[in-house]
Amino acid sequence: MLGVSKAFPGVRALDCVDFRVQAGEVHALMGENGAGKSTLIKIMTGAVRRDEGEIRIDGRPVEINSPGEARALGVGTVYQEVNLIPTMSVTRNLTLGRQPRRFGLISWRTARSLARERLKRLRIDIDVERPLGSFSLAVQQLVAIARALEDDTRVLVLDEPTASLDADEAELLFQIVRDLKGRGIAIVFITHFLDQVYKIADRISVLRNGRLVGEGATAELPRLKLISLMLGRELEETEERLEALPHGAKGEPILLAEGLGRRRVMAPFDLTLRPGEVVGLAGLLGSGRTEVAKLIFGAIRPDSGRIEVGGARIASHSPGQSLRHGMAFCPEDRKAEGIFAELSVRENIVLGLQTKRGWLSRLSYSEQERLAQEMIEALGIATPDADKPVGQLSGGNQQKVVLARSLVSGPSILILDEPTRGIDVGAHAEIVTLIRKLCAEGLALLVASSELDELIAVSDRIAVLRDRRMIGEIGSGDVTRETIIRTIAGARS
Amino acid sequence: MSERYLPLLATIAVFSALFITGGLLYNNFLSTLVLGDILADNAFVIIAAIGTTFVILSGGIDLSIGSMIGFVGVVMANLDPLGWHPLASGAAMLAFGLGFGALQGLIIDFCEIQPFIVTLAGLFLLRGSCFMINLDSVPIQHPFVAAFAATSIPLPGGGFLASSAIVMLVALAIAIVIAHFTRFGANIYAIGGDRVSAALMGVPMRRTTVAIYALGGFYSALGGVIYALYTSSGYPLAGTGNELTAIASVVLGGTVLTGGVGMVAGTLFGGMILGLIATLINFNGSLNGAWIMISGGVLLFLFIVMQRSLLSSFRLRGVA
Repeated sequence: MLGVSKAFPGVRALDCVDFRVQAGEVHALMGENGAGKSTLIKIMTGAVRRDEGEIRIDGRPVEINSPGEARALGVGTVYQEVNLIPTMSVTRNLTLGRQPRRFGLISWRTARSLARERLKRLRIDIDVERPLGSFSLAVQQLVAIARALEDDTRVLVLDEPTASLDADEAELLFQIVRDLKGRGIAIVFITHFLDQVYKIADRISVLRNGRLVGEGATAELPRLKLISLMLGRELEETEERLEALPHGAKGEPILLAEGLGRRRVMAPFDLTLRPGEVVGLAGLLGSGRTEVAKLIFGAIRPDSGRIEVGGARIASHSPGQSLRHGMAFCPEDRKAEGIFAELSVRENIVLGLQTKRGWLSRLSYSEQERLAQEMIEALGIATPDADKPVGQLSGGNQQKVVLARSLVSGPSILILDEPTRGIDVGAHAEIVTLIRKLCAEGLALLVASSELDELIAVSDRIAVLRDRRMIGEIGSGDVTRETIIRTIAGARS
Repeated sequence: MSERYLPLLATIAVFSALFITGGLLYNNFLSTLVLGDILADNAFVIIAAIGTTFVILSGGIDLSIGSMIGFVGVVMANLDPLGWHPLASGAAMLAFGLGFGALQGLIIDFCEIQPFIVTLAGLFLLRGSCFMINLDSVPIQHPFVAAFAATSIPLPGGGFLASSAIVMLVALAIAIVIAHFTRFGANIYAIGGDRVSAALMGVPMRRTTVAIYALGGFYSALGGVIYALYTSSGYPLAGTGNELTAIASVVLGGTVLTGGVGMVAGTLFGGMILGLIATLINFNGSLNGAWIMISGGVLLFLFIVMQRSLLSSFRLRGVA
């Protein structure tokens, strides 16, 4: 791709970007949120049309105007969120648009064996007749890759393929990627995980603010250089911000959960939370991190145990009650549970507060505007104005809006579920800093995260979960990577 | 047996249970005579409902069905005195239904307007056109109509499969082939399952959307032709409310209203259940006709609850 540009209303998403991928290499495409990665691959795969520039495959200029054309040219794509049809069977998903036909009608028998064969190439063995939605996200991801891979696929684009996978699943994916690389397929790999880039990528291209700011072999691009390219500022600055640890405020517990649980969702657990304290929830994928967060917030109704906030028991536990008691919750899946994409930044921010106040005491427009502006500045949300629909912001900024909504109601307890998922390094550091600042101001925080380092960086105490059971708590001063891993592994005899 | 067939089996079970209940309550109920009557009486709605199944499977809705049925009958009745053979006028109306549906589909896709509004406009447009043509019931006197009504296949046990029922079963067979054995059919399920993903997977959205509504229009026009032949007349109020009966048949047949899940064959049983309830209440004689709608409503509600739990059972697993 040469000199490719694309402008969206109000934003120049890509500015004369050159991007070259060679056969048989894994090429990592890096950049912060809003750097233009998504736009670049959407142009490459025909989902968006470019304004300027040229795309060549094997030196030959080509036109890619639709996903179908991209596929015909040998460009296969797996998008960030699994983009298959959950209600259809695996076979139907794999063969959609190219079902084998006999006498003009689809032969499902051939289709099934074709589907099995495709999966076999990736060493997956599943029941191809079951609906795709009944499998885990990891399997769905692999099915998506199986679909993107044709016999004549030249370029495979993987957009954040590991975002929802745990370490073992990611490793399986990497084996497959190496396998494909060996077959001479060019792989474009987009991720936020630096470790994975150095593990698998041969070359790296870095985008920043819609421009290509660096390109080179992985071996010649050390971590520090890469991060500073992505951030456009020196890393020491980020590291420095990560160093300040304003922990310590203690006192009477503000939140007390006793034997809280729900059958088949989460075994009963106890948890206390004090003002100015950060408690982390650690555990592997599916261990119950999200469930604990949701039980405490009342988004999942507990069927046992009791919960007290500030000494007062919450009788009928529901999100509305929790809000009224000064709790706030930022869900894990911001696309589905966090934001209202069509509503503006201002409306999204004010929503929680309005709910808390009740519909009778309406916030005036100027008041809303003031609060939104305050939050946009405080959290550094990159948006031209407060009236832009949230759906048009980048992922990191959407996450900040969710955070802003929780903060604007002035909560005393904040529950964050995967606060940094799908967010780049710079925004990540900003959010971690923010978490620190909040708890220095006396807020009690409960943070669930799959990233151990992040938890260690922010938490005073860590509750360790395994198989939907709370199996231990690691107190302050003892919070290290090793103790957590040992706790997770220790009970696993 | 995959869980895909569960709603269909539930529908068939409900139908069988109702039919057997009728047999226990009334002599001569459990016969091919009653079955043949139900098929013949409801053929036109079921035909229209088959077309609606495609629309609903794609996540859309078509409200213009009832008006289409009325409009087709009125036009056919008015072409009759001009010397048109009912088959000729019927074919013309099928072409009209196809074109009208395609136009609705084009507007829905091109202007990105909700199908509800577009087909609601279609409902008003066609019903209004009926009244423009004439206000009274007009008979169709061509001898073919009588011949059509007389044609039937005898069933074992003294019943008859009327010509309208035959047309309906043929239409159903064709629809099953389209839905389950063509790429177009697979694309409908994909669009209904997840629009955005379907587009990214290379499903031709505009072509498919236009074809879905064209098919819907064709089937409701066919329903109209059968209704006109069955009643041998055209009446401007004919088919009023039938769009909702058709949608109810589709949902009772196990198709999920949000699209992506369901089977065409289910719609036959869905329509038959509604017909069976009406017949049961007619057999009773002392019950108010209102019970037809009430029991239909209760069943519909139960089915939607069942679908809901079925869908969430595998959606949840995907998230965990």
